Amino acid sequence: MTEKVEIRGARDMPPMAKSLGRMSWNKTGSWRNVTPVIDYDKCTSCMLCWKFCPDLAVTCADPPEIILEYCKGCGVCAEECPVDAIVMREGL
Amino acid sequence: MAEVPKKLTIPAEEHICSGHLACQGCGAVLAMRYALKALGPNTVYTVPACCWSVIDGPFPYTTLGVPLFHIAFEAAAASAAGLAAGLEMVGKEDVNVVAWAGDGGTADIGIQALSGAAERNDNIMYICYDNEAYMNTGVQRSSSTPWGAWTTTTPARHFKKRPKKNLVDIMVAHQIPYVATAAIAFPEDVLKKVNKAKQIKGTKYLQIFASCPPGWRMAPEYAVKSVRMAVNARVWPLLEVDNGVYTITRKPRKPLPVADYLRLQGRFSHLTEEQVEEIQQMVDHNWERLLFLEKSTHEMAGIPLEEKKKTKEPDK
Repeated sequence: MTEKVEIRGARDMPPMAKSLGRMSWNKTGSWRNVTPVIDYDKCTSCMLCWKFCPDLAVTCADPPEIILEYCKGCGVCAEECPVDAIVMREGL
Repeated sequence: MAEVPKKLTIPAEEHICSGHLACQGCGAVLAMRYALKALGPNTVYTVPACCWSVIDGPFPYTTLGVPLFHIAFEAAAASAAGLAAGLEMVGKEDVNVVAWAGDGGTADIGIQALSGAAERNDNIMYICYDNEAYMNTGVQRSSSTPWGAWTTTTPARHFKKRPKKNLVDIMVAHQIPYVATAAIAFPEDVLKKVNKAKQIKGTKYLQIFASCPPGWRMAPEYAVKSVRMAVNARVWPLLEVDNGVYTITRKPRKPLPVADYLRLQGRFSHLTEEQVEEIQQMVDHNWERLLFLEKSTHEMAGIPLEEKKKTKEPDK
């Protein structure tokens, strides 16, 4: 005999229907084979690298920093940088 | 950590997190990031089979900071309409219900549900991120693939010989309040259009042009540059249609030759010079048509056509 389960909120949900959190545990930095390096002498903090980073791996700070834990090394930041302050270096 | 810079043109708040499963240089993630910046946390997403159903991560984990509902391929608009109706029943009418689908799930498989929802004018926002093929399953031709493009089902010797389906005009024909196109290379424009759309009651349709480096056969660093070139070469015109009145929101002063845009991508590398010229003619024809539509719809609605201010940033 099964009994009727009344679901009033997230607490009553069976464990399968709950999210266990966000994907931040997945350190995508290991996907990388080229690494962006910022030359802070040239950097004007225009934040275009932050704006166009698909992996959210650039901090929104002045000056910006690359979060190497998550950077997949796509090179969009180096391509978009208007003053060529970011270069892609071989290797991790 | 240093403080947040003051001269940001888009909000600093993020609603997606790092660690998602997108390829390097994914345009779809950028589209989602900008759309969520405008929509805010009071949003429900419904996502059919598309790249985003993979990018979001395996089951108990999620990338987004908002509820996301995975649904069958053809049901994006139908489930969004249901969610909107359900939320209305419990008195939550300020929630943005967004159907988020790729171009295959919009132009081919999901079009009947989308057409139904648009005809009923359900209070949903439908956003299609357009990467011009079924990228999730390995680059198969969709009806949104442009003329001349290579895909695995239209190989270079038999490339696609039909033009891209014009979804904007299909949605305008449904007489919904707001239809717009945007591109990931212009985030401020994406935010402006999503912000405008979320104020409107009724069905809103947005199509965001998003690059796919593996599917377009190009290096990932060109993900944003190629989309900017598409807009500046008039391949992807940025426009909005407000109750049937067309407005082109970005008119490149010196349009790039289409060949420059095509040259960046491996999927167009088989085209001969005559075929590139043919694409140029199609693009020019479409642009003339849009200019005519803009002028005539403004005249019919009695709205004076504003002269576009000169854009500050140079056309790259």
